[in-house]
Amino acid sequence: MSKELDLGSWVNDVVQHLLENYSGAFDSLGSVVSGFSEGIEALLMLPPAWLLIALFVGLGLWRIGARFAAFTAVSFVLIVLTGFWEQTVVTLGLTFSATLISLLLGIPLGIWSARSERVAMITRPILDFMQTMPAFVYLIPAAMLFGLGRVPGIIATVIFAMPPAVRLTNLGIRQVNKEIVEAGQSFGCNSRQLLFKVQLPNAMPSIMAGVNQTIMMALSMVIIASMVGAGGLGNDVLASIQRLDIGLGFESGMAVVLLAIILDRITESFGTTRQVTHKTTWYSWVSAKLKLQRQ
Amino acid sequence: MQSGKIVVENLYKVFGPHEQEAITLLKQGWSKDKILAERGAVIGVSDVSFSVEEGEIFVLMGLSGSGKSTLIRLINRLIEPSAGDVFIDGQNVAKLPHSQLIDLRRRDMSMVFQSFALMPSRTVQDNAAFGLEVAGVGRKEREQRAMAVLKQVGLDTFAHKFPHELSGGMQQRVGLARALAVNPSMIIMDEAFSALDPLKRREMQDVLLELQKTHRRTIIFVSHDIEEAMRIGNRIGIMEGGKLIQVGTPQELVDNPASSYVRNFFETVNTSRYLTAGQLKADSVPLYVHNGKAPDALKVCQDLQALDKHYAFVVDEEKRFRGSISLERLALLVDNGRTCALEANLLKQIAPLTEDQPLDQIIERLVDNEGPMPVVDSQGFYAGAISKGRLLTRLQEE
Repeated sequence: MSKELDLGSWVNDVVQHLLENYSGAFDSLGSVVSGFSEGIEALLMLPPAWLLIALFVGLGLWRIGARFAAFTAVSFVLIVLTGFWEQTVVTLGLTFSATLISLLLGIPLGIWSARSERVAMITRPILDFMQTMPAFVYLIPAAMLFGLGRVPGIIATVIFAMPPAVRLTNLGIRQVNKEIVEAGQSFGCNSRQLLFKVQLPNAMPSIMAGVNQTIMMALSMVIIASMVGAGGLGNDVLASIQRLDIGLGFESGMAVVLLAIILDRITESFGTTRQVTHKTTWYSWVSAKLKLQRQ
Repeated sequence: MQSGKIVVENLYKVFGPHEQEAITLLKQGWSKDKILAERGAVIGVSDVSFSVEEGEIFVLMGLSGSGKSTLIRLINRLIEPSAGDVFIDGQNVAKLPHSQLIDLRRRDMSMVFQSFALMPSRTVQDNAAFGLEVAGVGRKEREQRAMAVLKQVGLDTFAHKFPHELSGGMQQRVGLARALAVNPSMIIMDEAFSALDPLKRREMQDVLLELQKTHRRTIIFVSHDIEEAMRIGNRIGIMEGGKLIQVGTPQELVDNPASSYVRNFFETVNTSRYLTAGQLKADSVPLYVHNGKAPDALKVCQDLQALDKHYAFVVDEEKRFRGSISLERLALLVDNGRTCALEANLLKQIAPLTEDQPLDQIIERLVDNEGPMPVVDSQGFYAGAISKGRLLTRLQEE
């Protein structure tokens, strides 16, 4: 294959240039990300397994229902029994840290592009690029710039998982009923009030759908990121491929699938039902459930 | 400059490129369509001037696309005017700095929307308190004031419900409460009742008219429903193609439509309901003056027979109505040989109608009363009479 145009070598040069001149900046960025994600992982490791499981089961019971809570309990017990609990918590930690960083960057960017046509025009092709470039490709420059370990994994994951947060925040704000926005303006909202009292609350279902998508994409990416040593369930998946161990592949893959389903349903419930249900306080909810059981 | 609560002068709105050039071309007599074809600019509002009096309900009517929704948004500047002035209490809103505009919107004007535009995640009470919250009123006070206006529109028991739990009519009551809560001197209502079914629409019109009785506010009301416009509007402005083509009271528009476009609006309406006693009255009843001396019964009796009339009215020297008498009764008096004077005690006492009363208010009395009904003007002077025959002839004409 002969090349007329060698884009690839330019990119190599750029990465090389970054590595030679800005390694200090990348190192400090790396240590911030590393500290942040280690903190989150430590937080998840802190309670005993049963407490963390109980927390998820409770969340499932509150947001969705008894059947889903039972499913959550069975899933986690299955993961514990097959011996993947620790790796699952590491994966959960990686997913959470990547998701939080994605949202922290993505939601403000989404708000900005909803308010400015120019920003929207610039971000759109960049988001397309971030989302469709095969995920593995980010791993190589990330590993070169940040070294092996969790940091390049999280950085690559953030790049891959951020676009839906930006897109759906932007879309949600733009789709708020025109008359509702006019109502906000006609009652004298300034631009900050319009954003926080009118646009964001009304864009919430869409933003939550973005959060859900980001979590799901982050989860799938942190598995792939095990290739650069990010750790977690991905290590076992990778090992099963290298050793052609179908059983290990099934067990670790199953843990990923169960985790994905649980995270998906729970975050999805925050997007769809929030507006329809009454403001449910935990005590009103508990008392309602108790009454149901007495009947 | 005209006077009034709201004065709009030579207001233009052009959407698209070359705003100022398009206005110059409009002034040179170019048509809307030509400007769109050759300059790509859409004329939303074109050279509109009118004024709205304090406490008046001014209805803007027009087909969709006639610019009425754009025009009201130029008044509270949800849309920036391309040229022209909008004075509210003498202050030019079109030239106001943004911070003062926000202040004015918080303090003295509010808006009601066709789709209600309530915030779905806020309770009815929090929706009603929205304007106050934006203006920085403390939680306790705004909740109290929101409750007070919810009570006015009859929704205080629904304060903690969410909008989606309410019917359309109730949701618009919340919209109205939200507009009233800031206690503005003017409200802009954009097709506020158009999304409601006819019964609910009428009910909301009554709510609005009732509220106007207790606290008169200046209201600009956009509608495409002529019945609604005639029912609630003190005056109506008709828009066509971005221009305000005629302004007047409902009756003025019915009587003297400026064009067939205006006349078409009223074609579907049963305008007879809006006829007034003044328009129905005629000089059909012989009139006798009681100038210190009562008219003679025999003479009146002979006159009526000669004229083939059945009733006569008696007024005093100042033309104040004194009473009516029928030929039947006169004949009875005269037959007995008592050619007496028609003193007050012989006359039938009727409370006269006033000229400005509309037909639907007076029709019952017209039907119930045996003879013709007297009509007096606003000062109480006799102006004419309405007989049943006269009423039927007029109704047929309409």
